Amino acid sequence: MTTTPGGLLLVLAVLAPIVGMLIAFTLGGRNAQRIASVTIVIGLGIAIAIAAAWAQTGATVVYLLGGWSPPLGIALRADGLSVVMMLAVAVVILGIGVYARADFATPAGVPEARAPFVFWTLLLAIWGALNLVFVSGDLFTLYVALELLTFAAVPLVSLDGRAETLRAALRYVLYALLGSMFYLLGVVLVYGAYGTLDIGLLAARVHAEPATLAAAAFMTVGLLAKTALFPLHLWLPPAHAGAPPAASAVLSGLVIKGSWFLAVRLWFDVLPGVVTLASAQLLGVLGAAAILAGNVVALRQARLKLLVAYSTVAQIGYLFLMFPLAFDAGAAALERGGALAGGTLQAISHASAKAAMFMAAGLIYRAVGHDRIAELAGVGRALPLSVLTFALAGLALMGLPPSGAYAAKKLLLDAAEASGQWWWASVMDVGGLLTAAYVVLVLVHALRPATEPREARAHVSHRAQIAALALALCSLLLGFAALGPAPLDAMPKPSLDFGALASALLVLLGGAVLAAGLGLRLPPLPSRGVLTAPLAPVRRATVAVGATFVRVDAALRQWPVAGLALIVAAIGFGAALLA
Amino acid sequence: MIAAVNAGIALLLLGLAIWTIAARDTFAAIVGFVAYGLLLALAWVALRGVDVALTEAAIGGGLTGVLLIRAAAKLRATEAASNAERPALPTRLAAAIMAGGVTAALALVVLRTAGPAPTLAPEVAANIGATGVANPITAVLLAFRAMDTLLEAIVLLFALIGVWSLAPDHLWGGRPGARYRADPDGILAYLARLLPPLGIIVGFYIFWIGADLPGGKFQGATILAAMWLLAMMAGLADAPPVSRRWLRAALVAGPAAFIAVGAAGVGIAGAFLGYPEGLAKALIIVIEVALLPSLVLTLGLIMAGAPERTAA
Amino acid sequence: MTDAPTLYGLCAAALIGLGVYGFIVNPQPLRKLLAFNVVGSGVFVLFGAIAHRGGALGWGGDPVPQALLITGIVVAFAATALAVALLLRLADEADSVTLADAAPAKPDVTARDR
Repeated sequence: MTTTPGGLLLVLAVLAPIVGMLIAFTLGGRNAQRIASVTIVIGLGIAIAIAAAWAQTGATVVYLLGGWSPPLGIALRADGLSVVMMLAVAVVILGIGVYARADFATPAGVPEARAPFVFWTLLLAIWGALNLVFVSGDLFTLYVALELLTFAAVPLVSLDGRAETLRAALRYVLYALLGSMFYLLGVVLVYGAYGTLDIGLLAARVHAEPATLAAAAFMTVGLLAKTALFPLHLWLPPAHAGAPPAASAVLSGLVIKGSWFLAVRLWFDVLPGVVTLASAQLLGVLGAAAILAGNVVALRQARLKLLVAYSTVAQIGYLFLMFPLAFDAGAAALERGGALAGGTLQAISHASAKAAMFMAAGLIYRAVGHDRIAELAGVGRALPLSVLTFALAGLALMGLPPSGAYAAKKLLLDAAEASGQWWWASVMDVGGLLTAAYVVLVLVHALRPATEPREARAHVSHRAQIAALALALCSLLLGFAALGPAPLDAMPKPSLDFGALASALLVLLGGAVLAAGLGLRLPPLPSRGVLTAPLAPVRRATVAVGATFVRVDAALRQWPVAGLALIVAAIGFGAALLA
Repeated sequence: MIAAVNAGIALLLLGLAIWTIAARDTFAAIVGFVAYGLLLALAWVALRGVDVALTEAAIGGGLTGVLLIRAAAKLRATEAASNAERPALPTRLAAAIMAGGVTAALALVVLRTAGPAPTLAPEVAANIGATGVANPITAVLLAFRAMDTLLEAIVLLFALIGVWSLAPDHLWGGRPGARYRADPDGILAYLARLLPPLGIIVGFYIFWIGADLPGGKFQGATILAAMWLLAMMAGLADAPPVSRRWLRAALVAGPAAFIAVGAAGVGIAGAFLGYPEGLAKALIIVIEVALLPSLVLTLGLIMAGAPERTAA
Repeated sequence: MTDAPTLYGLCAAALIGLGVYGFIVNPQPLRKLLAFNVVGSGVFVLFGAIAHRGGALGWGGDPVPQALLITGIVVAFAATALAVALLLRLADEADSVTLADAAPAKPDVTARDR
């Protein structure tokens, strides 16, 4: 193995944000933000250059650090997967960077303020850590990268210093730490069995034996805990809902993708032949449970930011549906193919859509002074751009054409059909309907005319609104990337024919019906009584179902239960890997 | 004989760990943990990892112990309320069974893999000549896997930003931690006068021999940081305000120098973090010397905590 | 009598189980942190045992895992320090430092409103 042309760019991708962080840390004050802006532009350039270097040959870009080749040294590698993730992260960071200028400007009269200093240095820190996750080819360096990511993410949760967010940050850090320790335990077992931590070398050496299976189970569950896959999600809703909006966008859009990506690396590149059908199905089952529970509980939220956070719980589920779909029963191994492309596309599409959604929710909060969904009447008129952003991001999350999620869903549906696993297809359809339900619910509230003229309580930055809208559009138009010379050549072309439009309408309609059945507080209907009276028993029944989901979710998020769930999941994966 | 000693250490470790987990009183549990950390250092010597033993004693037992004891003292008042939330017996039983399952699975793996393990020792031996250092662990940390070490220094900086981020807004830029006013004739002040000269010598010694013998910058830096901390807690020294430009520069100087040497490697050795023939040991020492002050400051300030007083 | 790596490997397995138990059961965040450190030390001892088994060429152990261990111990310390700082600030801001689920639907009191 040798360094390939363009390999040095991988070092730059990791170090540019980190060096930017060091300079911003030293100069501090208003300079921190200026340095961050310059670094974002440079970093985006580096991501594009890596994509170009990769596209030239289509082969993995490699860099041997210090000239030492594995197993003794550490190699950085970027395959198509890393390239796509790096590009997506750079674009989302750019959007967040523009958005956060208004919220995290150092106030006049002081040389330096706490929140802006912390936000801008840690934004760069998170970026460097994520890029390291994407390019590192060594399991231990990846452990350090995971910890870098956690240490940079946790302070963002409690940036406002309220007791509620401090508690959320503490839950996050404690649970995530046990998750990383499980990952490290797996790394230790792998080294003990094979004497190397290099992903490329391991792929050729691993075989199913007790140490490998135990390592796989512990590492997988550790990463799931850090990604907050249901039922290991106790920390996510309060953390993502409590953070300032720009920080929520980083946490929900980007940070959880780091540990998810590592799980993908582990299963597809290190253990493709070791994982079993049962273990892949188990990941899919957890994903399906996440989609169902996350979406239903989202529908039962009174506050917009918590609704969006629960939507993330659900969307994380989608990211794990590709594992059973990529399992080739004939070869008894995971295959890189349409399912993996679909899953990746889902991840980057969610990154931009969810960031946009949190940003829009933040702007609404700022303008109205609260985010109680039932009291959003008149917001559509006061803040049309942000409501539009929320709607477009919602369409992208639902997977309507031409969004990236639409193409992703199509790839996953094709894989489901090819492998005869129709049940995952129905999970995706139900998930899409439920997503449509809470988006419709929010929009119906926001678009209602206000009973009294609403006055914006605070000025909302125009630039921030545009940044959020741009990210939502990125996600919604991602499907068109298939038309260009994008690295995702497996992507289906978006079609905007009559059938696609009809099915889109059907999803929205189904969503509206579900919202009427499950939504927490419905807006008053003009035809009250005439239409709703016969449906009242139905509504009572569906509300009871929704309430059950909320109770189950609350029980699962109790610490002892979540702790037990972590161990049960580890043992479950161990057993499934033996099967 | 040696087997008996090892068995004794292992049993004592388990006993102290059970105490740490099960003791009713948090303070007692933490004292148990500190003893556990020191005993762990002995276990490392038994496992022929003297470098690790030094790190474990200095960081695992020492710094972590001080951190936890101080926290326990401040959190005394909250203990009773938290203890009321102790889960019911069925939950505890389920947790015990699950934890037992984890132990059983790992024990099985340990027993199945007894005997010689795959090793990179021959690879290290074959290439250590090119690095010029004699301590193989230093060769791994600063040549073969230098990236990990660079990231490790940066992890500490991230943690420091995280700790600072917990300052109340109006105290931002101020001095970390409470101002200690120890009795000038008390035991703490006595220790703070007696120990630092010794500690500084030991710290520098451990740092300096690290290239060839067990020791190195992290262990040395920890001892030096502990001396600083001791002086702070005895009221003999004060932590600098976090807004000071010189402080910020000194904190990043180490990692920045590390990155600069690494970048120079691209030009002179053909790879980032590469060293040219003959210059390797000199460059490794440059990195270690540059890292030491930054590490001492970072570790000391992480221990000191978030800003709690105005800069004045 | 078992050899030292096996003995310490088994000891590590027990330490990890103990720590995991404490992490789930003990309601105090500080005790959870302590339990996390016990799990961590168990993982480190297991790695140490593996390093010892890989000893060759006159070295008592494989230097690569020993070097990784030093990094691991430093990272675990940084994690503990960050969590302790969070815990102390939480104790300043709230009466209790429990991790029990604070009802998420609390009325909004935001930093901006204060």
